Amino acid sequence: MRLLKRYLRPLVKDMAIGLGMKALAALMVLLLPYLLAYVIDTIVPMKDMRLILAFGIGMIVISVIGWIFDIRANRIASRVARDAIVRIRHDLFDKTIRLSCRRADEFTIPSLESRLTSDTYHVHRMIGMIQRMGVRAPILLLGGIGVTLLMEPVLALVMIATLPLITVLVVVKATRGIPMFTRVQKAQDRMISVVRENAQGVRVIKALSKADHEKRRYEKVNTELVEEELRANSRMAAINPLMNLLMNLGLVGVILVGAWRVSGGLSETGKIIAFTNYFTIITNAMMSISRIFVMLSKGLASADRIEEVLQTEDEMKIIPSEPAATDAIIEFDHVSFSYLGVRDNVQDISFRLKEGQTLGIIGATGSGKTTILQLLLRFYDADSGTIRIHGQDIRSLDPKQLRQQTGIVMQNDFIFQDTVRENIAFGRYADEALLQEATQIAQASFIDQLCGRYDYRLNSKGTNLSGGQRQRIFLSRAFLNNPKILLLDDSSSALDYQTDARLRQAIGTHFAHTAKIIVAQRVSSIMHADEILLLDHGRIVARGTHEQLMNTSEVYASISDSQMGGALLE
Amino acid sequence: MNRKQTMHRLLGYLKDNWILLALSCVVTVVANTLALYGPKLTGYAIDAIGGVHQVDFERVFHYCFLMAVVYGLSSLLTYLLQIFLLQVSKQVTYRMRREVFEHLQQLPVSYFDRNQTGDIVSRISYDIDTINTSLSSDILQLVTGVFTVVGSLVMMLTIAPVLVLIFVFTVPITLMFARYRMIKVKPLFRRRSRKLGELNGFTEEMLSGSKTIKAYGQEETMIGKYDQRNQDASESYYQADYEGSVMGPSVNFVNNLSLSLISMFGAMLFLMGRISLGNISSFVMYSRKFSGPINETANIITELQTAASAAERVFRLLDEAPEPPDRPEAQPLSHPQGQVELDHVSFSYVPQREILHDLSLIARPGQVVAIVGPTGAGKTTIINLLMRFYDVDSGTIRVDGSSVPDLTRESLRRAYTMVLQDTWLFEGTIAENVAYAREEATMDEIIEVCRKAHIHDFIETLPQGYQTVLTDDGVNISKGQKQLLTIARAMLSHARMLILDEATSNVDSRTEMAIQDAMLELMKGRTCFVIAHRLSTIKNADTILVLKEGRIIESGTHQQLLEAGGFYARLFNSQFEG
Repeated sequence: MRLLKRYLRPLVKDMAIGLGMKALAALMVLLLPYLLAYVIDTIVPMKDMRLILAFGIGMIVISVIGWIFDIRANRIASRVARDAIVRIRHDLFDKTIRLSCRRADEFTIPSLESRLTSDTYHVHRMIGMIQRMGVRAPILLLGGIGVTLLMEPVLALVMIATLPLITVLVVVKATRGIPMFTRVQKAQDRMISVVRENAQGVRVIKALSKADHEKRRYEKVNTELVEEELRANSRMAAINPLMNLLMNLGLVGVILVGAWRVSGGLSETGKIIAFTNYFTIITNAMMSISRIFVMLSKGLASADRIEEVLQTEDEMKIIPSEPAATDAIIEFDHVSFSYLGVRDNVQDISFRLKEGQTLGIIGATGSGKTTILQLLLRFYDADSGTIRIHGQDIRSLDPKQLRQQTGIVMQNDFIFQDTVRENIAFGRYADEALLQEATQIAQASFIDQLCGRYDYRLNSKGTNLSGGQRQRIFLSRAFLNNPKILLLDDSSSALDYQTDARLRQAIGTHFAHTAKIIVAQRVSSIMHADEILLLDHGRIVARGTHEQLMNTSEVYASISDSQMGGALLE
Repeated sequence: MNRKQTMHRLLGYLKDNWILLALSCVVTVVANTLALYGPKLTGYAIDAIGGVHQVDFERVFHYCFLMAVVYGLSSLLTYLLQIFLLQVSKQVTYRMRREVFEHLQQLPVSYFDRNQTGDIVSRISYDIDTINTSLSSDILQLVTGVFTVVGSLVMMLTIAPVLVLIFVFTVPITLMFARYRMIKVKPLFRRRSRKLGELNGFTEEMLSGSKTIKAYGQEETMIGKYDQRNQDASESYYQADYEGSVMGPSVNFVNNLSLSLISMFGAMLFLMGRISLGNISSFVMYSRKFSGPINETANIITELQTAASAAERVFRLLDEAPEPPDRPEAQPLSHPQGQVELDHVSFSYVPQREILHDLSLIARPGQVVAIVGPTGAGKTTIINLLMRFYDVDSGTIRVDGSSVPDLTRESLRRAYTMVLQDTWLFEGTIAENVAYAREEATMDEIIEVCRKAHIHDFIETLPQGYQTVLTDDGVNISKGQKQLLTIARAMLSHARMLILDEATSNVDSRTEMAIQDAMLELMKGRTCFVIAHRLSTIKNADTILVLKEGRIIESGTHQQLLEAGGFYARLFNSQFEG
């Protein structure tokens, strides 16, 4: 609700105009049956053709006015909804993309995505719908009841008596239906999951000739799904016929009571005819209102989920501190950190890296290699210890300033649907010469063979490139503006050895003054580093140059031997 | 396939349920006749009321009682009808989904390489749902609509033929207006969905790359790009709404116009003594019934169009050519020895872009053949051909001396077991996933292979152990552990030929060393084809083939190739350069 208030406030004037028109249009609709009754009961007995004609034309004019106002109001409603949603989406995306990694982890990416896509959609629809029906339906309902009460209180009460019954019926059925449709949704998810697995695992399934097995598996989920669908829909099938029945019985009641009242001179036939008309208007309004409630509850739930993100406070503050004089570009000083606060993901990490030096990090998956890079970029704050860049505590730096001097390739980095040029430039300045230089270092000569070269359009996730080609795009991106710090996380795993070697040489010559951290699975990628850290369960278990480690660390030596075929070369 | 054929084929699905459908039609007709009779009774009742002290109570009661009965029956029948139709639609969707799925099982691997999983999924779920909703509700609406329109027209004609002339004037206006609007609005709505799709796609993309965006400090740039798409999407939505919001009020207007005209002319006719008050009331009620379906026509047609497009997408999938059947003379490969030959094989995925050129190789039973080469050289393509996921353009592949097309696909594929780079596990327990290669495997056998694959200890730490269900978001299982499970799965198979395509690419070096013995045992006695980036994995192979641009440029043992000092030697030595 707070969200809506905030974003709709600037649009209040437009909304008021629109809603006013809507109210007028609704009143016009209410007026018509009243006039009909008046014509039959009062004008007709006067036997004045001219008056009848005048009233008829009057009714038509009223219809036209209602028509124009209604369209006008609808258009204003759409405009208000558009203006509000553009700003809501902008603010939400802005907030989401700047969210600290810890907060983003808490929300999870899929959840953030659904807030940005389907929740904003629901809110958009709700804002439009509420304006279009939120005034009209209540006015028609209350107005209808009001007019009928004025016209004929007793008959009106007979009619109104059916409304609570209809309301109860709809509410009860709908609430019972919700868990059933949740079950349908779950069954649907299971069915989809089997199809998805089959599409992805087609090679394995064909290799093992498991088609029949898969058909049986599908048979089960398919049957479950149709059964659940049938159960839920059968439950709902009773609503409309029952509602119709109640309405029509109400009408029968009106006629019965009406007969008795007319006989006593307390009412007129024209009024009964008018009642049959109001009846339709009121019940339609009832149905609209129940639809509004469904939409409103969905929309408000979505609005809350959006508001939750918008109100998230960033836990990362800039803490001023004095720089210390040092010749190290990067310095980790007894750094420990835990993602979930249960077990330290890295523990007591210390190292110093001077201009032009290279640090290699190697270790099993989950040993904390990537975490070190994430801490250095201040995606997360260390729990204890200090990280300094040029002697300055990174918590005292503007994160942007910190990140702009680094070039980085992450594990599972991303390519977005745009040209090669845009993917490498990534929002930064890049002329032909700069691109040429970066791609040359990255050994990305394959770009020259692409149709349109730098203007070649990449698919989302880079599916029209091979794994090795993707990695070279990431590398080009990292090399583009001569970074002071270069962080490469498993960035050459898909390259063949020869390309990898050429890449290492190119990095050596072009980034002689850059501090480099290279995380790798292959010993060959890091064996020339000035220092190598061997990580295990978040701790440094061995450190030194390749030669030193070959002598001091049994684990390192055996990894190296297994990969390089050391024995063979002795 | 044109619209007409699509519709025809769609109706074909209803044939099996013709009894229920016929019954539905009967019920519809009866229910609607009753519903149509209602207003007439209302009119009689009102006429019976007359005026002060003129009320014929007996007749009023009589008609009111009839009304209650008629409306009660009509509601009951409508309910029954819905139940019938739900049954029909249940059977139709069930059948359609099954047909699509079974067809998917017969499609060649190339289909899955060409089409995105999301697209396939949306056909079997959303498209079939759309068809289903349309089949059950729109067709019913169409039938009742036609019946109601004709019925109320007849009723109105019996009451006051002159008043019906009003509709000669209003109905064409409605229809023409609806048609005109539809032509105008349709492209706007299409644009609106497209733009919204683009916006959502962009959002998904950016969120998946949010860390990279942060790392490069490019939040502002991306927000700028987002804003552009946001503006576009919101504006298209507005445009569609702007035009679309005309329809509802206009339909209301025509209704009100009719009501005004009926009141005016009705009153005049009453004065001339040509019509009773009750008749005016019935006429107004019928006029509402009459215009309802006509106003809905536009909606129904749109929905039917949507359903037809959905049906076309489903039928296109069903018409996709399945894997050609095995030759009639094809024999199953019994007791394979594991001799595999490629004889002057050429192959291309897309015509004119040949991937493999004139490739020949022989793998004797129990031999290990390693294939190395730069990315894009065609390594994985060889695997695709060995498994007959694709057929060669020219040349022959022979297993145990028989040409591959002379063997049944199933027996050929069963002769292989494989571990691929992309691990594939399904939603099921760990035990089920491992036993996938051999369902009859005992629990002891499963545990044994898991132990060998160094994944047993991990499984034991899970609360449910081997009965843990693997889901996308459930258990935290790493890529490396998934690969170990697929290795265990392969170990369980008795196949004589083994394919390892980057089988340990996701496993870290230490674990890789630990499972080396297991890998060796997995390879023992099997003819192996090994693709690997890590040269250590292949240096003990019997033959190493160096593949470059679809040709074998070198072959021999590790030692021979190093001594030859060619491409392989350069590749091998380059790992020591820095």
